[in-house]
Amino acid sequence: MTIRRLAIVPLFLALAWLSGCASTRTVASDPRDPLEATNRQIYAFNDRLDAAVVRPVAQVWADLMPQPVRTGVRNVLGNLGDVWTAVNAALQLKGQVALESAMRVAVNSTFGIYGLLDIASEAGIEKRREDMGQTLGRWGVQPGPYLVLPIFGPSTLRDAAAMPADWQASPGQYFPSGNPRAAVALVNVTETRAGLLKATDAIRQASLDPYSFVRDAWLQKRENDVYDGNPPPHFDYADPDLAP
Amino acid sequence: MFPAFSLLSRRGLLALCAAVLAPMAQAQNEAADDFIRRISSETLELVKTDKALRNGDTTRILQLVDSKLMPHVNFRRMTALATGPAWRKATPEQQKRLQDEFKTLLVRTYAGALTQVSDHTVFVKPLRPGQDDKNLVVNTEVRSKGEPIQLDYRLEKTPGEGSGWLIYDLNVLGIWLIENYRTQFTKEISAGGIDGLIGSLAERNKSNAGAAGRKG
Repeated sequence: MTIRRLAIVPLFLALAWLSGCASTRTVASDPRDPLEATNRQIYAFNDRLDAAVVRPVAQVWADLMPQPVRTGVRNVLGNLGDVWTAVNAALQLKGQVALESAMRVAVNSTFGIYGLLDIASEAGIEKRREDMGQTLGRWGVQPGPYLVLPIFGPSTLRDAAAMPADWQASPGQYFPSGNPRAAVALVNVTETRAGLLKATDAIRQASLDPYSFVRDAWLQKRENDVYDGNPPPHFDYADPDLAP
Repeated sequence: MFPAFSLLSRRGLLALCAAVLAPMAQAQNEAADDFIRRISSETLELVKTDKALRNGDTTRILQLVDSKLMPHVNFRRMTALATGPAWRKATPEQQKRLQDEFKTLLVRTYAGALTQVSDHTVFVKPLRPGQDDKNLVVNTEVRSKGEPIQLDYRLEKTPGEGSGWLIYDLNVLGIWLIENYRTQFTKEISAGGIDGLIGSLAERNKSNAGAAGRKG
């Protein structure tokens, strides 16, 4: 199953390269996004899929599920996520983060009743997120071209390559394969989407071109994550009223 | 002359006054992180106590933003940086129009977030050393029950004016606003010039207002 999924990446890249050759570029393109033409098409596809299926389901979930249930679900999923964060923090030699994340898992799984309650946050142990993509980034792997993956959305070549590793640690994997695993995966997607409903509305309102807005925000955020809030500056803030 | 006489002289009196008033003038030279801490807690206080605002009253939100937040923002610089090199070629009327439309876009889109912060606290992180007065970043975290939200400000020092600092860029969750909007603006400018950009912004604002009207 994992091998088949891995095969999608080179196949996709081949298709993207071919279609990129066929397209003409009229507007100055972003060097981080050489596959923009194909990415835009996949973005449009994802948008339609989201509007037709994912968003309505998430909206129903958000409307019907009582807040305590949603919080419990988020906490359980987050607790399982903290395990992977601890592993990746250790791989990045971030000792304190690794220890704290491990403590979070220990505290929340026991006192927090299998993760339902986020006792650790209330005790002041901050929740962090580390994944394999960030681990690769910390060790010098450049993000590579921006990719919009079918269904999964914004990514980069590095993060897409890291996805199989992240999948092995996703919440669904902690449950027996078959229906329980599928159900957990479904709940994960739905709750995550429900949490992003306001954000996606804001993107639609705040942007003139949603595709590039999401791309730029995503790339900024990923770099911010790799550098834990202190990425190297590369935007020129010189006074625009003065001549260069 | 005897020192006592110089105290009574005009110049002496002036010096005395300056010595008394100087500490008050120093109080105006707030440190950047103190400045952010102050306006953050003032804003949160207002949101906590204003019921109409928490319920999403758009007029109240806009009032709060206009009276409490905009005086601390160098909006001209924000707009100019988002526009890029084309700003210098724009006429003053175009620049003004651009600022107005951009402001409407940002305020209407993001002001809604203010209604969500009634139970949040702001933690201002220690200033990173060695920063330039014209490009100083203050890092804060908005904390509540869930994960902390990164919220950073980019400031320029304006000695003698207002609080001594003006904000000209904002970072939410690791995303700097101006950097994100530079691409948006550049695209529109290469398609239709500054007027094309103004038109697109105006159109977006109109459709947002229409959608809000239909919802409310």
